Amino acid sequence: MPCHKHPFSAFFRTLANDSRLCKQRRNFDNFVPGMANEEIQRASLGRIFGIFCKIGAFTIGGGYAMIPVIESEMLRRKWIPREEIDDVVVLAQSAPGLLAVNMAIFTGYKLRGWKGSIVATLGAILPSFVIILAVASVLAGWRDNEWVNRFFLGLRPVAIALIAVPAVKMSLRSTAWWEWVVMVVTLVLVAVLKVSPIWILLVLIASSVAICKAREGRGK
Amino acid sequence: MIFLQLFVTFFIIGLFNFGGGGAMISLIQTQVVTVREWISEGAFTDIVAISQSTPGPIGINCATYVGYEVGGVAGSAVATLAVVLPSFLIFLALVRIFDKFHTHPVFVGMMKALHPAVAGLIGAAALILMFRFGWADGAPAVSVITDNFSDWRSWLLFAAAFVAVFWGKANPIYVILAGGVAGLLLW
Repeated sequence: MPCHKHPFSAFFRTLANDSRLCKQRRNFDNFVPGMANEEIQRASLGRIFGIFCKIGAFTIGGGYAMIPVIESEMLRRKWIPREEIDDVVVLAQSAPGLLAVNMAIFTGYKLRGWKGSIVATLGAILPSFVIILAVASVLAGWRDNEWVNRFFLGLRPVAIALIAVPAVKMSLRSTAWWEWVVMVVTLVLVAVLKVSPIWILLVLIASSVAICKAREGRGK
Repeated sequence: MIFLQLFVTFFIIGLFNFGGGGAMISLIQTQVVTVREWISEGAFTDIVAISQSTPGPIGINCATYVGYEVGGVAGSAVATLAVVLPSFLIFLALVRIFDKFHTHPVFVGMMKALHPAVAGLIGAAALILMFRFGWADGAPAVSVITDNFSDWRSWLLFAAAFVAVFWGKANPIYVILAGGVAGLLLW
């Protein structure tokens, strides 16, 4: 069957054709046991906003922490079947942008179309916004305090170590020689020669597209 | 016109963010600290530390905080919305062809090429916060950023945190808080 050529095609068909399929009864062959053939609930925009607010407020440490929370909320409310949540996660990881924001956009769209995606995104970023504003305005008055300064003296090297860890982990995943070259050249250009990362990314996008096109041409 | 500058800067940061929160920190750093010179390296390190230890996505926290420092509450709203907008526009523009787009060989090849660059970007973000690279009398000169690494105690904390998270799989939030407490005790 042509529609099963890759695992996301079913998901995309519902995304592209009708985002309000939520209301109709569907057969789920490999759905969560006990939930098969159950009616998927329609989500109201207000509820979507509220739930993504909650998701945003309780995920500490970035987008990955958000995944299990979104999963449990969607399943508990029977808004999206599990298999489609997995598709949202895979897609959100491979698309450009922040994982947490992509998750909110895709899940919101799945629930209520573009209105749903706007509401979900605003909901997901609102807690960050409020908390950071609160911290920033409180800290502004404590900048000259000796205790706060000492606290931050200890905090800074730790924060930098937390950036270094994913960098080392990601680079260790490189296997091909060109990956190491790209990584080291990027590192030197950005850190030492102060080249804007945007130029490096643009050059890489252009050259990878050119290489792919050239390969396609040779293949024909 | 600070708001327009903030909007453009953070829109571009959002547009070129391929590697999640870590890569976004490096983009914000180069645009805000190096290019625009809105915030000093020491203050930026504090912002990163707070973004890592408060709820919400790190990239959003960081954009909100930088926006606040540069343009107050309105500035933080502009920065936060501008950083999210590109993801949104890309998705809405491509939603009908995302199926083909997502598995298209050109797109897959592009993401493969960007992956090591993102690793390099995140590494550069860490290095920029540790060392100052410059030129003195025509020769390259490297010096430690003393705002962030005042003496051996800072390096000890850095090494301990790295080991705890890299091998010990420690929860980053506790590690950050432990760092702050260690700062109170050590200095």
